[in-house]
Amino acid sequence: MNILILGANSDIAKHICDAFAKEKDAHFYLASRNTTDLEKFSKDLTIRHQVKASYYSFDATNFTSHQKFYDNLPEKPDLVVVAFGLLGEQQLAEKNFQHAAQIINTNYTGAVSILEIVAADFAARKSGTIIGISSVAGLRGRQSNYIYGSAKAAFTTYLSGLRNRMQKHNVHVMTILPGFVATKMTQDMDLPQRLTAQPKVLGQAVYQAYSRGKNTMYHKKAWCLIMFVIRSIPESIFKRLSL
Amino acid sequence: MVLNFIAMKIHGWGKYPYQEACIHHASNHSELRKVIQQGNCIARGLGRSYGDSALSANVISTQQLRYFLDFNPKTGLLICESGVSLADIIDAFLPRGFFLAVTPGTKFVTIGGAIASDVHGKNHHHVGCFSEFVENIELLLPNGEIVNCNRQQNQELFHATCGGMGLTGIILAATIKLIPITSSTIQQRTIKSANLNATLAAFHEHKEATYSVAWLDCTAKGKHLGRSLLMLGEHADDNNLVRSTPRNLNVPFNMPSIMLNRYSIRAFNHFYYQRIKQDEVHDRVNLDKFFYPLDSISQWNNLYGRKGFTQYQFVIPLEDAEMALQKILGKIADYGNGSFLSVLKLFGKANSNYLSFPQEGFTFALDFKMEPTLFHFLEQLDRLVQDYNGRVYLAKDVRMPADFFHATYNKVEQFQKIRASIGATDKLSSLQSTRLGI
Ligand SMILES: Cc1cc2nc3c(=O)[nH]c(=O)nc-3n(C[C@H](O)[C@H](O)[C@H](O)COP(=O)(O)OP(=O)(O)OC[C@H]3O[C@@H](n4cnc5c(N)ncnc54)[C@H](O)[C@@H]3O)c2cc1C
Ligand SMILES: NC(=O)c1ccc[n+]([C@@H]2O[C@H](COP(=O)([O-])OP(=O)(O)OC[C@H]3O[C@@H](n4cnc5c(N)ncnc54)[C@H](OP(=O)(O)O)[C@@H]3O)[C@@H](O)[C@H]2O)c1
Repeated sequence: MNILILGANSDIAKHICDAFAKEKDAHFYLASRNTTDLEKFSKDLTIRHQVKASYYSFDATNFTSHQKFYDNLPEKPDLVVVAFGLLGEQQLAEKNFQHAAQIINTNYTGAVSILEIVAADFAARKSGTIIGISSVAGLRGRQSNYIYGSAKAAFTTYLSGLRNRMQKHNVHVMTILPGFVATKMTQDMDLPQRLTAQPKVLGQAVYQAYSRGKNTMYHKKAWCLIMFVIRSIPESIFKRLSL
Repeated sequence: MVLNFIAMKIHGWGKYPYQEACIHHASNHSELRKVIQQGNCIARGLGRSYGDSALSANVISTQQLRYFLDFNPKTGLLICESGVSLADIIDAFLPRGFFLAVTPGTKFVTIGGAIASDVHGKNHHHVGCFSEFVENIELLLPNGEIVNCNRQQNQELFHATCGGMGLTGIILAATIKLIPITSSTIQQRTIKSANLNATLAAFHEHKEATYSVAWLDCTAKGKHLGRSLLMLGEHADDNNLVRSTPRNLNVPFNMPSIMLNRYSIRAFNHFYYQRIKQDEVHDRVNLDKFFYPLDSISQWNNLYGRKGFTQYQFVIPLEDAEMALQKILGKIADYGNGSFLSVLKLFGKANSNYLSFPQEGFTFALDFKMEPTLFHFLEQLDRLVQDYNGRVYLAKDVRMPADFFHATYNKVEQFQKIRASIGATDKLSSLQSTRLGI
C-alpha cells in the first residue's frame, strides 16, 4: 500500500506511520517542509518496521507547487493523510494579518489545494482513502484560538463535503477530531493530563478507525461529550465566558 | 523561537518531591546550548528514576530524540537517539530475534537514562551493567560542542557519563549492542527458600543461571526472616518469536495511602510467598512477564498515595552480606511499613565507571511510602550499609546525606575533576547533585 503523509514531521503523523506500518507492503511517501528531519524519519521507519520510505519537500502554503508535487510522485498513493497544521499565536494573529493568513492557509486553504488534486486522481481511479486531521477547536469559536479554530472548522466542513462527493467514487474520507494531544505543537502548554492524548495512542486509534471504515473519530472519546456540552451553551451565555 | 517556557510541576517515579521546572525540548542544538548556559539544567528521559536525579529548574526533555539511526543485523549494533525507549527497541527487534543484553525491571526507560544510571539487570553477575554493551556515546557538552565518547576516544568522559546521572552533558545518541535470541519466552524456575541463609545459598548454588532475582518477604521475622522465592531464567530456544501482548491495568488516581499499612503489606507478602506450594516450580513465561512484571500496571506509582514513596536500594559486598542483611532485614521487619515488592539480586564485579552503583555482592531494594519517620529510619540503615562497605543506588535515591554518599562512593573526586574540565560544574545540576555536592 502506498501511503502519502502530508506534514509528515508532525508528531501525530509519525505515530500514524508506526500504526500503518503493519499494512501489507507499506511504502511511505513522507512530505513536509523540513527535509532534514524527514530524512531521519524515513530512515527510522525503514529500520523500525522494515518498510519502504521515501521523502519529498512539500509546503502546504505554496499552492502553485501542489500539482507538480503530486504528478512527480513515483507511484500514486492509496491513502493520503493530511497532518500538517499550525496552531500559531492567537494574539499575534489579531494584530498581524500575515500571521492569521498563515494559520488559515496552513490549516485550510493548503489542504483544499492539495486534496482537490488528490480527489481528482482518486475519483478517476475509483479507489483511495483520505484522512484529514482537523480539531475539536473547530467545533466552537473561542477567544483564545478562533483564527486556528475557524480554519479547522472550515477544514472539517470541507472534509464532510468531500466525503459526500467521493462516496459514489468508492473513495473514503475520514475526519479525525483530536482534543489535546501531547506533541511539539502543545509542548509549551500545561494541558490537563486526563484530557490529553498520547500521540502513540492516537496513531493506533486512527488505524483502528480506518480499518473499521469510520467517517469521523473523536480522540480522546470524552471530547465528544465535552464538545456536545460546549456546543449547547447558548451564545448569550457563551460570549461572556473566558475560554 | 524565544526561550520562554512555562514552568510545570514535575516529579520522579516516587512522586516526591515535586519541582517547578521549565521544560525544554532537545531538538535544536544551538538552543540547547543557550538553555544549559542558564545553569541548573539537567536531562530527563522517561522520569523512571525514583527520586530527584532528573529534577532541576531547567529540564531538557529527550522526548523528541526518538529515532533509530542505524542497525546492523550481522553485528546486532544499533545506533539510536537517546530518547528511544527500551520498549521501542523490544517492539522493533524482538520479532527479528534480538534483545537487550542488559535490561532493568521496566522497559519504559530511555537509552539516555539507562546509560546515565548505568542500569543493571538480572544477569549482572554474568555480564555487568548496561554500559558494557554501549560502544559509543554522542554527547553534547555544556559549551555546545558535540563529542563522541567510547573506550578508545574520550575514555574518561565515557566512564564519567556511564553512571554519571546526566552531570557530564546531554547524551544525544548511542551505539548499543543487542544480543541474538530465538524465542520470546523464558524457561523459569522458581525456588522457595525458608530463610535468609537458604536464600543466599540458593543464589550461590544457581550462579550459572543466566538470570536470577529473588522476591523476598520483608515482613517475615524470626526464623522466617529472609524467606524468598528465587526466580531463575534462561532464554527458551523454541524458535518462536511471536510475542503475546500483555494485558494492561491502570491505577489512574492516587490511592488513599491508608490502604497501604502494615497489615495489608504483611497479608500481601504472606500470600505472595504461600502461592508457591512446592520447593521448586518449572514453567515457561513470556519475556514481558519475566522481565517487566510491573509494566502491565500503568502508573502503579499511584498505589502509594498522594504523598509518594521512595525506594531504598543498597549493595553489600559478598563476604559480609549475610550478617548485614540479617541486621537490616530485622530492622525493616520491625519498622513494619515495608513494601509489597522487595527484591534481592546478586551482583558481579564492579566496572571502572566513576559513579556506577554495582559492586560484587548482594543488592536489596524495597519501597517505602513517604511518612514523617521514614528518613530517620533510612539513616539508621545507611549506617549499617556504610559499616559493611556498601552503598546506595543514585537512581532510586531522594534523601541520602552528602557525607554518606562521599564516604561510600570512592571516585567522586575524579568525577568532579572531569565535570570541572568540561565546564559542567555550575551548568548541569539536579536536585540530587546539589544535595549531594557532586
Ligand atoms: C519499576 C522500575 C523498575 C526498575 N528496575 C531497575 C533495575 O532493575 N535496575 C536498574 O538499574 N534500574 C532500575 N530502575 C531505575 C531506572 O532504570 C533508572 O532510573 C533509569 O535511569 C530511568 O531512565 P529514564 O529514561 O526514566 O530516566 P530519568 O528518570 O528521566 O533520568 C534518570 C537520570 O538519567 C539522566 N538522563 C536521562 N536521559 C539523559 C540523557 N539523554 N543524557 C544525559 N543524562 C540523561 C537524568 O539526568 C537523570 O540523572 C527501575 C525503575 C522503575 C520505575
Ligand atoms: N497537538 C494537538 O493538541 C492537536 C489537537 C488537535 C488537532 N491537532 C492537529 O493535528 C495535526 C498534527 O499536529 P501535531 O500535534 O502533530 O503538530 P506538530 O508536531 O507541530 O506538527 C505539525 C507539522 O506540520 C507541518 N507543517 C506546518 N506548516 C506546514 C506547511 N506550510 N507545509 C507543510 N507542512 C507544514 C510541520 O512540518 P515541518 O516540520 O516539516 O515544517 C510540522 O511538523 C495538525 O493539523 C494539528 O492542527 C493537533
